[in-house]
Amino acid sequence: MRAVFAIPYPLSSILAGKRMNVGLEHYLIVSALLFALGLLGVITRRNLLVMYMSLELMLNSANLTLVSFSRFNDNLNGQVMVFFIITVAAAEVAVGLALIVALYRKRQSAHVEDLTSMKY
Amino acid sequence: MATDILFYVFAFLTLACGVFVVANPFSRNPVTSAMFLVLTIISMAGLFVLLHAFFLAAVQVLVYAGAVMVLFLFVIMLLDLKEEERRKIKKLSLVAGLVSVGAIVAIFLRSLLATNPGKELTNPTAVGDTATLGKMLFTKYLLPFEIVSILLLVAMVGVILLSKKDFK
Amino acid sequence: MKLEALPWLILFLPLLAAGIITLFTLRNKAVSATLSIGAIVTGFVLTLALIKFGGWEARELSVNWLSIGSLTVDFGIKLDALSLMMLLVVTGVGSAIHIYSYGYMHDDPGFSRFFACLSLFTFSMLGIVLANNFLQMFIFWELVGVSSYLLIGFWFEKASAADAAKKAFITNRLGDFGFILGILIIFTIAGSLNFSVLQSANAIAVLGGSATLAGLLIFCGAMGKSAQFPLHVWLPDAMEGPTPVSALIHAATMVAAGVYMLCRVFFIFTPDALTVISWVGGFTALLAALIAVQQNDIKRILAYSTLSQLGYMVMGVGLTAPQAGMFHLTTHAFFKALLFLGAGSVIHAMHHEQDIWKMGALRKKMPVTFWTFMVGTLALAGVWPLSGFFSKDAILAAAQHHAHEHPITGWALFGLAVFVAMLTTFYMFRLVFVAFFGAAKSHGVDHAHESPGVMVWPLRTLAIMSIAGGVIGIEALFAGALKPGGEHPHGLLAQLVYPFQHAPVAALSGLAAFAVGLFLAWKLYWNAKEDLFTVKFSGLSKLMSNRFYFDEIYEATVIRIHDAIAAISDWIDRWIVEGFCLGLVRGGTDLTGRALRLVQTGNLQTYAFLFVLGVAVVLWFVLGK
Repeated sequence: MRAVFAIPYPLSSILAGKRMNVGLEHYLIVSALLFALGLLGVITRRNLLVMYMSLELMLNSANLTLVSFSRFNDNLNGQVMVFFIITVAAAEVAVGLALIVALYRKRQSAHVEDLTSMKY
Repeated sequence: MATDILFYVFAFLTLACGVFVVANPFSRNPVTSAMFLVLTIISMAGLFVLLHAFFLAAVQVLVYAGAVMVLFLFVIMLLDLKEEERRKIKKLSLVAGLVSVGAIVAIFLRSLLATNPGKELTNPTAVGDTATLGKMLFTKYLLPFEIVSILLLVAMVGVILLSKKDFK
Repeated sequence: MKLEALPWLILFLPLLAAGIITLFTLRNKAVSATLSIGAIVTGFVLTLALIKFGGWEARELSVNWLSIGSLTVDFGIKLDALSLMMLLVVTGVGSAIHIYSYGYMHDDPGFSRFFACLSLFTFSMLGIVLANNFLQMFIFWELVGVSSYLLIGFWFEKASAADAAKKAFITNRLGDFGFILGILIIFTIAGSLNFSVLQSANAIAVLGGSATLAGLLIFCGAMGKSAQFPLHVWLPDAMEGPTPVSALIHAATMVAAGVYMLCRVFFIFTPDALTVISWVGGFTALLAALIAVQQNDIKRILAYSTLSQLGYMVMGVGLTAPQAGMFHLTTHAFFKALLFLGAGSVIHAMHHEQDIWKMGALRKKMPVTFWTFMVGTLALAGVWPLSGFFSKDAILAAAQHHAHEHPITGWALFGLAVFVAMLTTFYMFRLVFVAFFGAAKSHGVDHAHESPGVMVWPLRTLAIMSIAGGVIGIEALFAGALKPGGEHPHGLLAQLVYPFQHAPVAALSGLAAFAVGLFLAWKLYWNAKEDLFTVKFSGLSKLMSNRFYFDEIYEATVIRIHDAIAAISDWIDRWIVEGFCLGLVRGGTDLTGRALRLVQTGNLQTYAFLFVLGVAVVLWFVLGK
């Protein structure tokens, strides 16, 4: 228990079970973990489409961060920004998928390991 | 109190579905990953609601889950990917992934521990409902709004061009 | 026309001529010759005008040229009796030789190039004469070296000529190395390079302990240019050039530049330095005279004779009698140029045959050449009342005078000088008897005839100067500039008998040496069919005719060492600089490139990973602060 107190507030309070009220840090932790998951997917998975989906996951985590900050700063600017991000993400997904389709038509493969013509 | 429990529920859902998007043990089919992504998005919409971002929650479900993921599924069907062959999981890429994730999480933890971002939320006045957000969009953020609409046009043109079969 | 502009004109007209010939008129023989001859004759006329209207007093004109920190170098002109007299000699003798060359080089394809080189040489030589500071003199010194390289190697298709030109230039460079070291010492300690400044500031006192060293190093330059021992090896080989070149450069002007320089900077030399100089001069005189006794090529004999007379001049300077040295330089210019041009005339008539044992009886075939050559020989041998007698006597008298304070040095050098005078007479009359008298020794003689007028008139002019040069007051002029305060005879009669009154021992010894030498030459070579000396003293003769094997000694020692050093340098350059250092760089770059190339896997996820890692590192440091 003492070791836990060594970790500074507020994480320690969370871990000690004292503070159950959900605060900003909780949302931030969720968002960070989601981002980490998305990153893992991008780097590990070799199917192009799954990689792309993991990318969307990272985008979503950013949205969550923005909205939580917006809430806890009592400000709507964050939410407007998320609005724009969602729009742009939609456009980006469209274009990205068109690219993947074109690539698939050329290379007959959606596997990232087959796309190495930039190799030295 | 209820919000806290709901938060934990939605958070857990989001993270669990996120894990399944990336590394699902059920099948290697990308469709499975897409489905789980939809679930993730919906859970996130729930989180948005908890944060009083009602409009955004709706938009998230409508646009993200409704349009973007549908597009994803269309493309998956179009490409007609067979079940991904069991290629050997490369140890190197797993290690690389873990290293990079570890780095990012470490940074996050460091900044979190160094500062105290959590003010207690006291009497928040801003509510993220449609009217307020709309007012802001059409006054303060008018220019980005218009530009984004052009962006969508550009994306559309781009997509059409990219999907031509030949370029005669 | 302002009087101050004249020296600049005299100096730069030949350069202009050389430039125009090189750039524009190489094909047009007549124009090239006109330009070149015109430049130097105009120089001569302007010099006369300068003397007539400006007199003999010392004056200086200068233009500020370089200013770097504490070093200020002027481009200046120093006019006094010394330089004006030298100007006369250079332009006068030079004019004669330029005109002579018009005839001699008439059929040569490189005619215009020859005149361009001659004009360049004239410009350089005038630069040395007119220089008023060490640096300017050194620059023109080097220019003279370059011009002589161009002129000696004029017929560069001949390997021997090209080699001779290289030899001359490199040997000169060795002397110049010492010269520049001397200049550096003077500049470092005394702070100025200007002659007038150094002279008025009593340079020897200023230089202190390094005065002797500086003086000797500067003498090195004179050793190279005036071919004193041990840098004498280039002068005989320089006979590969055309005969006018030999006359101009190696008799009258270039080799005299060394002596001129010694007189110009006479105030630098301490008594110790002067002793060394006089011994070097004396030894060179002896060595060259001995070698000349057994040479068979007419130009070689004259070349070694030049060497010997140069030794005389340097000895004169060393005996603290620079005016005697300059006097002998002037008269020597006249009769040596005359002798060379006469030899050229003979060679021209004999269709480039130069061995005296293939000549003979040319006296009847080429009378004018014979008589002028005879005048030159008598002057060289020091017969009264020709000019050579007075100048040689001046040096002998100086030796005798020097012996009052330094009996050993003085009398030893005196005896040496008299012996050399005897040898001079001996080998010159050997030449005259074998080539001009006696029976014809080959068929080439039958076709010989007198040379054309343009070659003969300069001979006549120089002969007159050789006769009269001793009594027109040249020595007094030089003494006025170099050693003021002495007494000198005036009037023709006084000058004619002055040597016998003033230093009878010297005068009579000189004449006695002439008599002995003439007798020996007559005994051995009158009507001789072959060389009796070679037969009787075969060992000694072999040494002499092989030039005491100096060239071979240098070849075995200096050249070997030089080649070894060159080989080592080559090895270092090839293996260490190129192989190791460059190889290191090349290999290093190559390896690094190969290593970095591996990052480009072509795999998208690698790039993503590296990207994230980079962002993480940057963020860590940015957020951490």
